[in-house]
Amino acid sequence: MRILYRLILKEFKQIFRNKIMLPVIFIIPFIQTIILVYSATLELKNSDITIIDMDKSMISANLISKFQASPFFKVELMSYNEKEISDALLKDKTKAILIIPKDFEKNLRSGIPVKILLNLNAIDSQSSGLINIYVGQTVLGIFKDFKPFLSKIDLEQQMPKVDIRPSYWYNQNLNFKFFMLPGILTILVSMIGIFLTSFNIVREKEMGTIEQINVTPIEKWQFLTGKLLPFVLIGIFDLTIGLLFGIFMFDLPFEGSVYTMFIFTILFLIAGIGIGLLIADFSNTLQQSMFMLLFFFLIFILMGGTFTAVESMPDWAQAINVVNPMYYYMRVVRSILLKGSGVLDLIKDFWALLVYGITTVFVAVWAYRKTV
Amino acid sequence: MTETEENIIEVKNLVKKFGNFTANDNLCFEVKKSEIFGFLGANGAGKTTAIKILSGLLFPTSGKVMVAGYDVYKHRNIIKKNIGYMSQGFSLYEDLTVKENIEFYAGIYGLRSKEIKFRFAELVEKLGIQDMQKEFVKSLPLGWKQKIAFSVAIFHKPKLVFLDEPTSGVDPITRRQFWDLIYEAVENDITVFITTHYLDEAEYCDRISIMVDGRIDALGTPAELKQEFNAKNMDEVFVKLVRNNNLQNE
Amino acid sequence: MNRFTGFLKKEFLHIFRDLRTMMILFLIPVLLVLIFGFVIKNEIKDAKIAILDLSRDNASKSISSRLSASEDIIVTEYLSSYSQIEEQFQKNLVKAIVIFENNFAENLVRENKANVQIILDASDPNTASLLNSYVSVIINNFISEKFSLNKTIPLEIEPRMWFNEEQSSSYMYVPGTMALILMVITALMSSVSIVREKEMGTMEILLISPLKPYQIVLGKLAPYAVLSVINAVSIILVGYFIFNIPILGSWFTLILVNFIFITMALSLGLLISTLTNRQETAMFISVFVLLLPTMLLSGFIFPLENMPNFLQYLSYIVPAKYYLNAIKSIMLKGQGILYSWKEISVLIGMTILLIGLSIKKFKIRLE
Repeated sequence: MRILYRLILKEFKQIFRNKIMLPVIFIIPFIQTIILVYSATLELKNSDITIIDMDKSMISANLISKFQASPFFKVELMSYNEKEISDALLKDKTKAILIIPKDFEKNLRSGIPVKILLNLNAIDSQSSGLINIYVGQTVLGIFKDFKPFLSKIDLEQQMPKVDIRPSYWYNQNLNFKFFMLPGILTILVSMIGIFLTSFNIVREKEMGTIEQINVTPIEKWQFLTGKLLPFVLIGIFDLTIGLLFGIFMFDLPFEGSVYTMFIFTILFLIAGIGIGLLIADFSNTLQQSMFMLLFFFLIFILMGGTFTAVESMPDWAQAINVVNPMYYYMRVVRSILLKGSGVLDLIKDFWALLVYGITTVFVAVWAYRKTV
Repeated sequence: MTETEENIIEVKNLVKKFGNFTANDNLCFEVKKSEIFGFLGANGAGKTTAIKILSGLLFPTSGKVMVAGYDVYKHRNIIKKNIGYMSQGFSLYEDLTVKENIEFYAGIYGLRSKEIKFRFAELVEKLGIQDMQKEFVKSLPLGWKQKIAFSVAIFHKPKLVFLDEPTSGVDPITRRQFWDLIYEAVENDITVFITTHYLDEAEYCDRISIMVDGRIDALGTPAELKQEFNAKNMDEVFVKLVRNNNLQNE
Repeated sequence: MNRFTGFLKKEFLHIFRDLRTMMILFLIPVLLVLIFGFVIKNEIKDAKIAILDLSRDNASKSISSRLSASEDIIVTEYLSSYSQIEEQFQKNLVKAIVIFENNFAENLVRENKANVQIILDASDPNTASLLNSYVSVIINNFISEKFSLNKTIPLEIEPRMWFNEEQSSSYMYVPGTMALILMVITALMSSVSIVREKEMGTMEILLISPLKPYQIVLGKLAPYAVLSVINAVSIILVGYFIFNIPILGSWFTLILVNFIFITMALSLGLLISTLTNRQETAMFISVFVLLLPTMLLSGFIFPLENMPNFLQYLSYIVPAKYYLNAIKSIMLKGQGILYSWKEISVLIGMTILLIGLSIKKFKIRLE
């Protein structure tokens, strides 16, 4: 214990003396979290839409005013011109161009099928899909207003109707910040832990100080634990502060128990940092460790369900996720925060992370060589 | 265990190969307790490799190596408790102060805080570093870094200390001061195993061995060697040795 | 000039001789694009749901079997009571639970109206709302087929998807991954290569040499510029051959834009290298500070248009945003370089600014 204490004391001294790293570890994560938490939203708002009204009728005017009143769209009007249509899309002047055809009202009144052409910039297929849906809903709105005129169509006729009522549990208002905040925070905190631990050891290799340590009778596990613990502690600290920001600034719910959160956080940090240790074992230069870390870390965060749903990934990707600590932790954190899940509910993830952590640290200690 | 004998290091037929390159070719020598054993040779002769094997940083390819009465194959960790080591790069942490470096290394040898405090006070007194102890190592002159690194290496009172080119790059006066520290360590029953390429330093050793191309070509007290090679000083001994060697190679 | 070419040669040899690093540098970007191109999707696939059918009549059963037949949805379990719902969510077993009310079919026929409740796990709001619309569509389709009175609405919206007819999400994510990788890896390599010289003390030797400081910096950065361009080209090829992302514009323009972006990233690395003398600090800053903003504020994962205004303003300082706009218009819209003149000038402006700042910092250090 005495030896461990000395090791940890030394690490903390070195960390707190690095004037550039201090803000990077203790301030930048929170700034990034607070700002970037706003970046995800599914709501469409003020989407640029251009309407070409070739009918100029009462109904088409009504339709345009519907779009103008909608919070989803920012409407611009244009007259028909083949070249300008493609130009507007090419130059990103608008996301969508809706063309109301001639005789729109006349045909509707007489029950002749009408087609409205919607040109969409579909490079971002998710946005264009959403716009397509919203435009559809807005257009159908005219039938309510013009029921008397359009009596021949009469949508409300005898077709039975299923009333589908979604209820969004754990996040009634579909608040994306509740989803993003834990994700961003976890990325930053685990990055600090994994990268810095690994760099720390490889730096001792590059500077030669590791030799001086290797001639001492210190045990391998003592040395590596001395490297692991400080960053687990920093990780827990950063995560706690980040969550407090979330709770007080963004009303992030904390339904579960604090101790469940700590258990999983500690397990996750040990598992992640264990990987950092392993990478350090196999790197001789900081550059080597950097590229390995970057490679694994990017895979961990982009495949682990931090921003996109894991279920939608191909099977092989989901198989890879078995060895992705982020995959377990992301799910667990959101369950604890929003659903109040306890350790027993998450028992599978608990075992997975526990086994993972023990294995990586054990292998890292085993692979560390005091003598070459 | 053979610690009853007066040899603290016994090396028989030590071979170390890196791929096709033989860094240590069949080395045989002993180091007696409380002597200063000089390990001389040109750069690249294999000195550092040998010292790393003796201090447990490298595995030998073959041969028998006993340090402080223990086998380097089996009991590296017991050996490590009994030795100190100072490398060419003096592995001090530049961003820690003198005091913190010593506390750290003493701590990982398992010394208690009280003991560390006591010995450190002694050291400060001895070296006269009252003003310097709170300074960062990176701001110290080279000579002081060496002295501090040496003090770190013997702080846990080992039986044996390995010094790998400790005095390279400093002026003669600083080197002389450094040797005073070495003599003092020997008085405290610490055996000193030192590599150097300063041949004048060889005169300060009790016994020396000279390595050429991975082999030990000469071994004995400075006086014996001078007699054997019919030389006035160690410089001449060395030149003759290398010349013989070159002749043999041709 | 001879001196400089000599130095340049040494720098190139330095990197290209180290086979292991070379492999890593070339393989990692391509591997990442490959993986993320297949993995990052915003469609729903294999979403797990459970069904609580309180009615167990023909209609509810047919809808249930339609749900399980859907390619996007997997029905994992049929629940028998409300009390089981909570557990399903707590243990993360399903993403949604569809509940048919008592007498579902009867209500449908007699009252012309029946209720279905979908309870969604909105801890992932994106999946929840998508899943809601998927399930709703399936139910509504069933009803309109079953009870269709042969009267469809005589109004149809015909969407025409420009630039991405199949609505493939790779069109978003592959260029996005490209921006992320080029940005982070390029800035990382350049900052580290310079800081490494400083740390090893060899920078001083170079500075004493008759080489001018700009030549030193240029010599250090040039190999990485070449390396990054090769990376960019290999990523584009992966996108073209594996993810079928077209390159409608000219290759020359595309590579030119990449080159400008890479130069910008290199200058950013240069600026980072003036901040610190330690490699790991430079590495950490390069990755830590660049990673998330490049990922989130460039339009890589989430569209910028829907973000709050302050984030949209903030995105103006994210270089990857301009780069993405430019390469998308070249690759997907087939536009020439003139269409992206704004983006390109911003990137060039940023490069000049970064280099200027680095020189200023560098001078202060020397004095």
